[in-house]
Amino acid sequence: MAKATPKQISANRSLPKALTGIQGLDEITGGGFPRGRPTLICGSAGAGKTLLAMEFLIRGATTYKEPGVFMAFEETEAELAQNVRSLGFDLEQLVKEKKVAVDYVRIERAEIDETGDYDLEGLFIRIGAAIDAVKAKRVVLDTIENLFSGLQNQGILRAELRRLFRWLKDKGVTAVITAERGEGALTRQGLEEYVSDCVILLDHRVTDQVSTRRLRIVKYRGTAHGTNEYPFLIDEDGFSVLPVTSLGLQHKVSDERISSGVPRLDTMLGGQGFYRGSTILISGTAGTGKTSLAAHLIDAACRRGERCLYFSFEESPAQMIRNMRSIGLNLDTWSRKKLLQFHSSRATFYGLEMHLAIIHKVVRDFQPQVVVIDPVGSLIQAGNKQDAHTMLIRLMDFLKAQQITAFLTNLISGGTALERTDVEISSIVDTWLFVRDIELNGERNRALYVLKSRGMAHSNQLREFLLTDKGVDLMDVYVGPEGVLTGSSRLSQEVREKAAALVRQEDADRKERERNRKREALEARIEALRKEFEADEEEAKRSIAEDSDRERLIAENRDAMARSRRADRDKYPAVKRPRSRNEKVSKS
Amino acid sequence: MKKSVKVSKQRPRSLQEIAEKEGPGTSEMWDLRLYVAGQSPRSLAAFANLKKICEDHLPGRYNIEVVDLIKHPQLAAGDQILAIPTLVRKLPQPLRKIVGDLRDTERALVGLQLRPTESSE
Repeated sequence: MAKATPKQISANRSLPKALTGIQGLDEITGGGFPRGRPTLICGSAGAGKTLLAMEFLIRGATTYKEPGVFMAFEETEAELAQNVRSLGFDLEQLVKEKKVAVDYVRIERAEIDETGDYDLEGLFIRIGAAIDAVKAKRVVLDTIENLFSGLQNQGILRAELRRLFRWLKDKGVTAVITAERGEGALTRQGLEEYVSDCVILLDHRVTDQVSTRRLRIVKYRGTAHGTNEYPFLIDEDGFSVLPVTSLGLQHKVSDERISSGVPRLDTMLGGQGFYRGSTILISGTAGTGKTSLAAHLIDAACRRGERCLYFSFEESPAQMIRNMRSIGLNLDTWSRKKLLQFHSSRATFYGLEMHLAIIHKVVRDFQPQVVVIDPVGSLIQAGNKQDAHTMLIRLMDFLKAQQITAFLTNLISGGTALERTDVEISSIVDTWLFVRDIELNGERNRALYVLKSRGMAHSNQLREFLLTDKGVDLMDVYVGPEGVLTGSSRLSQEVREKAAALVRQEDADRKERERNRKREALEARIEALRKEFEADEEEAKRSIAEDSDRERLIAENRDAMARSRRADRDKYPAVKRPRSRNEKVSKS
Repeated sequence: MKKSVKVSKQRPRSLQEIAEKEGPGTSEMWDLRLYVAGQSPRSLAAFANLKKICEDHLPGRYNIEVVDLIKHPQLAAGDQILAIPTLVRKLPQPLRKIVGDLRDTERALVGLQLRPTESSE
């Protein structure tokens, strides 16, 4: 978890540090507590001082091979062991293995009288003996301020504490001293006066009945440290600090596209769906099918063999599975194949930080490719708007850094502006889908459009969004002179259009028939005329033939007459007559 | 300094008997333990002061054990010793601790409940 930026590395060189092994704390301190020096942890009762100190010690003993000594001024060994067992640490085993020594220092004011001079050599000897027994590199004094209630002579006590911290430094042990928060001061007894190398303040605040733990580095000599208040939490894995700024915008991006599970929607998104690792937000009023779209995305991802995490703040897993079965998606299959994991909890159940930490943790454990958070707006209930906003930014950065596609749904309550989110994350999402109701002719219908989608040519069209028993379907909406029509209006419009088309068709058919008839009539007339013409032609031919026959006859007759007369023989030689073929034929 | 100084062999009496006596009894056994760290002037002073008080007020009825924590650091935890020197009254009951070099005899007597009237009771 310790990712050091270049700046932090240089700081590491200037000052040796002891890694705490506590998630996030090493990041904001630039590598842990100052090695060989005392660190003061202060905070009010129940802020987690003892736990932080204990985890520092145990992590040191187990992870960094640095045995430790726990000087307990408040709780006995048995109590401490019991307290940390709930966080998964086996203190007794570590004590047995001589990795940790626990010494309970009991101070009973009523038993003690003071006369004359004394020093705290006894305490020094005890700490020294414990350090020697386990060859400790780390020492925790929890809570040394209890000495003030047990011993009267403040002058001696303060001088001895100063000597103690000096002595611990000389011993070269990395010490953690816890102290109770005082009125107007960091600690009740002003211990910060003696421990000046590193001071960490823990705070436990309750806002709107939801508690948030916060950590701040008040002072860290010789180190550039984060000065913000960092939320932290204590869960079954111990202490974790959540650095707001630990993730930047340097995450890698993927060109890979993944299907939304709805083919028509993929088409709208440049034909290929979402980018892997992008953040997708779907906004819509109640009951517009946001969860169903999320289920489609999950279904598609599981079909590809990817793992999906579903964080629900409204529905239980069983309810979700049942509801999605009604639109033909069997999420139970994926759940049984361990590809899909549900995490249902009420948003108000934990504080925001706890939610964030749980999401972090589950994501780290499950290594999903797709994460659905349904709905993000609920998180406001767990904190205020500003906190929810920063938390979501951190969450998105975290998911992006791991190339996890995040699908967030956002419920828009009636009366608010449509194209905004309660948590104001619209500017940081990559793809924003919008599902809205279109109220028309006494019914509500759903329409979906892509408000924005970075890095792809997405459709600008409104689509009607249908939830069928086979899942989500997107239909073209009717856009005509009467506006955008959906649902039964669209259907009736379609019917009207069909009827009109039928009329038009019939009209065309009729015209066609008429034309055909006309053509037939025309053709009949043409035929008649042709027949007439043929008859005429025949007639003409016949008359020509008759004429020529007659002429021939006349000629023959004349010839015959001439021959009979023997008149002009030379004048009419039969061969030279050019006049007609008939004559020639008849001649030959 | 390091060795136990055993002055009397008498057995301590029961708590009830001590209570009946109202404070320092006449024959009960006092079992005292002085925790020191090495031979520091303060430790030596404490031992000397203690010896004097015992001789003055508990002649023949006391038993002083001196524990040097530098030699036996593990013994510090048993009696919850923080300050040095610390005088622990093991017997008679209840357990009392007096921190300091005992140079204020009056306060030491009160602490040891050898002056019942001035004690906190």
